[in-house]
Amino acid sequence: MNYACLVDDVPLGEGRAITLAGRQIAIFRSSTAWYALDAICPHLGGPLADGIVCDRAVICPLHERRFDLATGEALSVGEGVAAHAVEVRGDRVYVALAEPQRRAA
Amino acid sequence: MSATLKVAGIDLVCAGEAVGDHEAVVTDASSGVYRKLTVRDGRIIGAVLLGDTRGSEALVAAVRAGDLVDDPLKALSDASLAGPADLPDSAQICDCNGVCKGVLMAAVTDGGCATPREVMAVTRAGTGCGSCRPAVIEIVAAAAGGLSDEPAYLCPCRKQTREQLAARIREDGLQSVSEVAAACATGRECGVCKPALAYLVSEVCANLHQEERDARFINDRVHANIQRDGTFSVVPRMYGGVTTPDELRRIADVADRYEVPLVKVTGGQRLDLLGVRKQDLPDIWRELGMPSGHAYAKAVRTVKTCVGTDFCRFGLGDAIGLGIEMEKLWEGLHTPHKVKSGVSGCPRNCAEATVKDIGCVAVEGGWQVRAGGAAGGNVREADIIATVQTRAEALRVATTFLQYYRENAEYKERTYDFIPRIGLETVREIVLGEQTGAALRERLRIAKAAVRDPWLERDDPYHPRQFSDLDEPEEGAGEPALVGPPAGAEL
Repeated sequence: MNYACLVDDVPLGEGRAITLAGRQIAIFRSSTAWYALDAICPHLGGPLADGIVCDRAVICPLHERRFDLATGEALSVGEGVAAHAVEVRGDRVYVALAEPQRRAA
Repeated sequence: MSATLKVAGIDLVCAGEAVGDHEAVVTDASSGVYRKLTVRDGRIIGAVLLGDTRGSEALVAAVRAGDLVDDPLKALSDASLAGPADLPDSAQICDCNGVCKGVLMAAVTDGGCATPREVMAVTRAGTGCGSCRPAVIEIVAAAAGGLSDEPAYLCPCRKQTREQLAARIREDGLQSVSEVAAACATGRECGVCKPALAYLVSEVCANLHQEERDARFINDRVHANIQRDGTFSVVPRMYGGVTTPDELRRIADVADRYEVPLVKVTGGQRLDLLGVRKQDLPDIWRELGMPSGHAYAKAVRTVKTCVGTDFCRFGLGDAIGLGIEMEKLWEGLHTPHKVKSGVSGCPRNCAEATVKDIGCVAVEGGWQVRAGGAAGGNVREADIIATVQTRAEALRVATTFLQYYRENAEYKERTYDFIPRIGLETVREIVLGEQTGAALRERLRIAKAAVRDPWLERDDPYHPRQFSDLDEPEEGAGEPALVGPPAGAEL
């Protein structure tokens, strides 16, 4: 588990990017839960932390690709992203990084 | 390889080569129709369709594939009877996103999509310039065996229209997107409609709503336009495109101090600072000391003007004066889609006011007020709402139209789609009607009274991390954490 931030660091319903163990991660605070995905959209590199967040999905701000917040699965078209486990202890947010995803050659 | 133009109401499609060893031509000069197929070695190598572009998708596909043809005249006439549904699966329908017909068909037959809206959401076809949408709708209709009359849902997940939601907001006195979500369950499932809900709540509540930034697109959270590398662009307000040496010095100083990679003059007569880091935005706004130009928002953007009567020897009306008045009166108002305006001081139309969402053109003895113009993916000459005698009347008519558009357009519906949908006669009746017009202007006055320059959030952010990610200190000035395309990504 990597310490990421304080609960108050991420506005409700938004995401923020952070570097954890050398990886760029986007942490999301949806109205129902906390989530973490790889920060960069596999389409053309959009910053997912700047996307619109709803209960279970985030929309990339560049070309509106949608990803499942819990699994990282692509909900529109194309590749998905890695999803990481988030744990909130008191006012502190921790992330357990998943294995880096292999990109298909 | 192929191009589709729509200029002054003339349809034109050209593809491939214009000259071959065999050319078949059909013309009807009185109707302005010319259709030609170019053939070489028995294969279709080019097509020109002017005035009647029926079957263009099939012919462009035939040119791309170099189809063999025995009887080019018959191929021309067959194509005019064929629609997009007759195309091969490999024919590219959406040129912006590179979507073929087969992908659209599969979205219906295998992907479970039932409506053009769903197919466009899943495949991205029709979401670029939008010119292929009629073809997409036809193909989906063919694949789904007909289309039901699908209303334009603001929230497709919950099948709620803008009118239904606006009525609910009024009746229940809802003040925020989360209150609407609690009442109607909108904006929670796919999230796509959140910015539309945010606009609707603000418009119905005349800007006296409770703002929730998470419902806004990133541009409206940080008041700058996100770029392909995750940086932002900054366009300060320059009313009517008029600036001063002092403003130019400040812009130059900011560009130097923050090492702004590109300074560009925009099409709307503004200066754009491109490649700015998010965390530098508040300091840049402070040092510019100019209000937001709203170049990032669905809002009143620019009023482009010519020099009018101040210096131009041809000027009939004070274009700069009216343009600045319009821009100050409308500044900060959000709209269903962006609103670009222009004022030309004579019919030479140097400010291109006849292809703006709202445009005024000075003519001998008064002003022409136009709306619904476009010079983007489509080119459309703006309709004349009225010709009036004074500058004050021109401002009044243009302003009344703006409010009518703010209240009645679907989210992301530009004026050039809005006016044809409503009908020009209805628009004129309401905008020019004494009572209906006065009521619209009163509601605009109330909404405008609650407008505040969003760049003042530099000293009053809605959250300590409004402009920073978690690697940076809250006050900004950390190391940049820019993102770019992944290695090997195809552009």
